[in-house]
Amino acid sequence: MQTGRYTLPALPYAYDALEPYISSTIMTLHHTKHHQAYVTNLNAALSQEATDVTSQIALQAQIRFNGGGHINHSLFWKNLAPAGTGEARVEAAPRLVQAIEERFGDLGKFKERFGKTLLGLQGSGWGWLVKDAEGRLEIETTKDQDPVASGKQVILGVDMWEHAYYIQYYNNKAAYVEGIWNIINWEECEKRFLGQSALSL
Amino acid sequence: MSFARLALRPAAFASRGFATSAVAAKHVLPDLPYDYAALEPAISGKIMELHHAKHHQTYVNSLNEAEEKYATAVNSKDVKAQIALHPALRFHGGGHINHSLFWENLAPKSASGGAPPTGALAESINQTWGSYEEFKKVVNASLAGIQGSGWSWLVKDKETKQLQIVTMPNQDPIVGKYAPLLGIDAWEHAYYLQYQNRKAEYFSAIWDVINWKAAEQRFKA
Ligand SMILES: [Fe+2]
Repeated sequence: MQTGRYTLPALPYAYDALEPYISSTIMTLHHTKHHQAYVTNLNAALSQEATDVTSQIALQAQIRFNGGGHINHSLFWKNLAPAGTGEARVEAAPRLVQAIEERFGDLGKFKERFGKTLLGLQGSGWGWLVKDAEGRLEIETTKDQDPVASGKQVILGVDMWEHAYYIQYYNNKAAYVEGIWNIINWEECEKRFLGQSALSL
Repeated sequence: MSFARLALRPAAFASRGFATSAVAAKHVLPDLPYDYAALEPAISGKIMELHHAKHHQTYVNSLNEAEEKYATAVNSKDVKAQIALHPALRFHGGGHINHSLFWENLAPKSASGGAPPTGALAESINQTWGSYEEFKKVVNASLAGIQGSGWSWLVKDKETKQLQIVTMPNQDPIVGKYAPLLGIDAWEHAYYLQYQNRKAEYFSAIWDVINWKAAEQRFKA
């Protein structure tokens, strides 16, 4: 097997641990196939030598896409947790919830706005709750595998590629978005909000 | 088979006495010219049903909604509101146009789906790519290279009549300089239930159900 600089991180829970909200089949494919492909293709792109500016630019697109895929999925797995666990309780994020209430009115309004943003994506992409350089919470989206701009701290990311839900939810992505609130790792979100969780890749 | 029957047309409100109504006619989901299961094993019946009855239908509904809002904005001369609606028109209008073309340029094997191109279009393909086999390789490489959701198209440059392969992100349709001849949907919903992450298998199987007769008609037009 080819070794590279980056490797697929282990999931912090079993493949079936997020059921019934995300099926074991989805998690297995998503992690071992999709995420693995981003890692493999990132390492391949990084090992190539660009001989001129044209090939450098082509390579940059590969690095952006596959590197973004690796970063985004690594963040995503960690901000999910099995339903009913302590991590998945919103009480595990007191400071973050307070900031959400200040910014969006209340948690319900935030979820509604976040969900609406996710469902409004046109094509493949991600929805994010981020803390910007001024410390302000914002909801944003990135297309395809673009990562969140540096300088912004990701608090929570949700994968809206069809591969993230299609086998279970088909075209009913609203049900996927509704279900995901049961498996948010609020403890991890709180740590990110407080700057106590750095993503190691 | 009739190509006219799949053309993008508004519902025939005239026959129901709405001819003089100021309300613009709505777009409707075109019928598939074959059964949902007719493209198996290349594309499963379940995929075709969801793709047509759910995904395409949603583009049609959302396009009609966007057009209604747009008409209101035009009536009240609200240019900002018109511009703000462009992304929705592009996405849902593109989704309606693209899928309507796609259903037409597929056919079951029994209706000569998969039979190689003939005539002037075949000649032009050979001139451009050397052979049909080589052409398919180039299209498949373009499909594999799409980073996210999108489509690959064989297009004709309206001025020079030259053929070209272009990829478009999301539901951006082919308009303007090029005429679309053949489109292949590379969104995950087009193959995931059957092929999961093995999209190269879908790209290779779809050639078995390509309707070159439709592409030849478009090439002549
Ligand atoms: Fe994903």
